[in-house]
Amino acid sequence: MARLNVSPTRMVLQDLTRRLATAKRGHKLLKDKQDELMRNFIVAIRKNMTLRDQVEEALSKSFKDFMLASAVMSPERLEQAVSFSKFQVVAAVEKENMMSVHVPSIRFHQQALPGFGPDETGEDPGQTPASSSQPMSQSYGYAQTTVDLDEAISSLHATMDMLLELAELEKVCQLLAADIESTRRRVNALEYRTIPNLEETITYIRMKLDENERATITRLMKVKDMISEEGAL
Amino acid sequence: MHKVAVVGDRESVLGFRALGLDVHTPTTPDQARNAVDSLAKEGAAVIYITEALAQLIPDTIARYDDSLIPAIIPIPDRQGSRGLGRDAIYKRVEKAVGHNIFND
Repeated sequence: MARLNVSPTRMVLQDLTRRLATAKRGHKLLKDKQDELMRNFIVAIRKNMTLRDQVEEALSKSFKDFMLASAVMSPERLEQAVSFSKFQVVAAVEKENMMSVHVPSIRFHQQALPGFGPDETGEDPGQTPASSSQPMSQSYGYAQTTVDLDEAISSLHATMDMLLELAELEKVCQLLAADIESTRRRVNALEYRTIPNLEETITYIRMKLDENERATITRLMKVKDMISEEGAL
Repeated sequence: MHKVAVVGDRESVLGFRALGLDVHTPTTPDQARNAVDSLAKEGAAVIYITEALAQLIPDTIARYDDSLIPAIIPIPDRQGSRGLGRDAIYKRVEKAVGHNIFND
């Protein structure tokens, strides 16, 4: 390891010893952070993987249904039918702190659009969790649409829950992965560069100081000898 | 409150409109880029984008990787999955762990 370019004095030695203590403490803390992040990441990514598989399968199926529906209806009719949803899906995002990594926590709501509220006299704008457990009410009439469209949309509605959960999970995994990488780099830099460099420099300065001290002692002894020889003459 | 948006080709994603999501149907890469950027500026929390379109604008999507929102999530289109989402997961595992521990 490379020795730092410093002058071997007591002051520098004191400074370096302090820096070494800080570096060691930082290394320990970062290592703990890395371990905990990794544990969270592995849990999240496993869940992410299975959820993505489920979503992709369900979604592909829904899209096929939808294609079937669009094949038997005229494009204008189809567009008209789907364009006037009674609800709007909105998301409330909160910042969560996971080992000092900021990850979003997203809650989804189905908000009734003005004029379509379930209880229009109520002050509350009618927020319900965007969940497929509740029955979905269509926003179009049955007269001009086909049964295929109903089915396509209800199957799409059924995958919504998973899709929304996937969004949060993927973002969390993404942010965690980025942070784990940078934490690992910092841990390694401390472990394999900073700490060995500091240790080597400290030993170097200690040896140099010891050497100086020995030189002083021998010089003093020499001088003392010379003085006592002069006195004897 | 933040929006939830879908970007994709018309035939695939039109159905989401009936569920109250904000649907955009760009046809060219430029339009897709504009759609994603303007949605992000409006503060959309989640943008689902079909893999076909996501493939065309990887740099635009990568720009939002480090931000809290929007979460840009690739979804399959009506032609089925191209495995882009799965690749992204593998990439993340590789980035975090050092190598892919979920080898098939």
